[in-house]
Amino acid sequence: MKIINCPVNGPRPMQEFAYGGEVRSMPDPDKATDAEWADYVFHRSGAPGMKREWWYHLASGVWFIAERDTLRDRFIRTYLYDGENMDV
Amino acid sequence: MPLRLLRFALSREHPEPRMFREPERLGDSYDVVIIGAGGHGLACAYYLARDHGITSVAVLEQGYIGGGNTGRNTTIVRSNYLTPEGVKFYDESIRLYRDLSEDVDLNLFYSERGHFTLAHTDSAVATMRWRAEVNKHLGVDSEVVDREQIAEACPEMDLDCGGHLPVMGALYHAPGAVARHDAVAWGYGRGADRRGVEIHQKTAVTGIRVEKGRVTGVDTTRGFVKTGVVLSAVAGSTPRITDMVGLRTPITIQPLQACVTEPLKPWLHTIIVSATLHVYVSQSSRGELVMGSALDPYELHSTRSTLDFAESLSGHLLDMFPFLSEIKVNRQWAGMADMTPDFAPIMGMTPVDGFYLDSGWGTWGFKATPVCGKTMAYTIANRSPHELIEPFRLSRFEEYDLVGEKGAASVGH
Repeated sequence: MKIINCPVNGPRPMQEFAYGGEVRSMPDPDKATDAEWADYVFHRSGAPGMKREWWYHLASGVWFIAERDTLRDRFIRTYLYDGENMDV
Repeated sequence: MPLRLLRFALSREHPEPRMFREPERLGDSYDVVIIGAGGHGLACAYYLARDHGITSVAVLEQGYIGGGNTGRNTTIVRSNYLTPEGVKFYDESIRLYRDLSEDVDLNLFYSERGHFTLAHTDSAVATMRWRAEVNKHLGVDSEVVDREQIAEACPEMDLDCGGHLPVMGALYHAPGAVARHDAVAWGYGRGADRRGVEIHQKTAVTGIRVEKGRVTGVDTTRGFVKTGVVLSAVAGSTPRITDMVGLRTPITIQPLQACVTEPLKPWLHTIIVSATLHVYVSQSSRGELVMGSALDPYELHSTRSTLDFAESLSGHLLDMFPFLSEIKVNRQWAGMADMTPDFAPIMGMTPVDGFYLDSGWGTWGFKATPVCGKTMAYTIANRSPHELIEPFRLSRFEEYDLVGEKGAASVGH
């Protein structure tokens, strides 16, 4: 079984978590063209690599960020979202 | 076939040539390069050569023929989809499958079993009714049946599922079938090979050259190949290929696992699917129960297996068939599914001139193998999309014109 290190609750089994998708920045809805908005809504970087993703600890309701290697299925680092200092 | 077998018995030498040539040298230039020697890529090569007279074709495969999702699916063929675009497309595939053993002169063990999609809730019954009406309108044999009819077709099933999720009815699709998936790739491969197509295994594409918006060739682990037409038919590797030409797509990769039990005497004569229980199961001609479940819940480029999958699938299977509790799982594996937001494929031409996509085949690609080959060959030969695949174009996303096939996915992904 896979163990994920929740930044609040420590190492917990994977079943307690939900995947929230890659961390992406939203364009300004008032200024984005239809094409830019469609790109944001639908398109993804699907190739394998190191990715920064949202994960959610179901039992305690904690959203956090995980850096994960999507080729090797390894969690490298997990931490809480800090809007001030993050280039999201 | 039997006469040919007799020749084996009488000859001292092996009279049957191998199914494909293994060309030693990779050519400098081809009219068409197909990336991926799975069912889809080989079917396209076959129809390009047979129907359009285009034989300067190289199929490049980084592994071996049919070693990707062609050999990893659970071999189910059906056309009871939800959208008219989907139903028409998959129904054409069934028509091609029915004649395919004759066509490629290889027994594909194509076996029509009937396909039950169980409904355990009122809302599921409503969706089944909706699908049945769309199907019937388009001439597809599909109807909602009650518990008695399910019990008649599969008396071994506990229709109350242990009491917590009683079956209320099912969508029944008589043409639902299974086939021998490897043979589909071999049949198309041999047919293409005999018509002059070259299949190069263990040849990975490392780059695609594009000049002034046009494809000019591909770099491979065995050198550069000049070509003006490249088709990507690589399922779970699609984002790596589209990155080579700088194309953005909505495709993400998630593993889909499956497993088989030890062989049993034939008892399950139909295909049973339960979206609520996340199970689909059929019995192969070898007697194994072939089973699958929902997608793994997060992006991953790996074909690893997990105990979580085997455990939850077994639990749900036992809800329906408690007598299987002593049966062993023999093999478990995974394929990399290229998922799209609307559960429909992405096929046809792209903004890069000469670069064609047959992708987004997620968890529904095997059943579409023949029609994909045929429509992609048409699209490449005519430089214009076949009408059946027009709704599946890549540009539908920026046009906000999605296909909406999620309600017909076999299990709730």
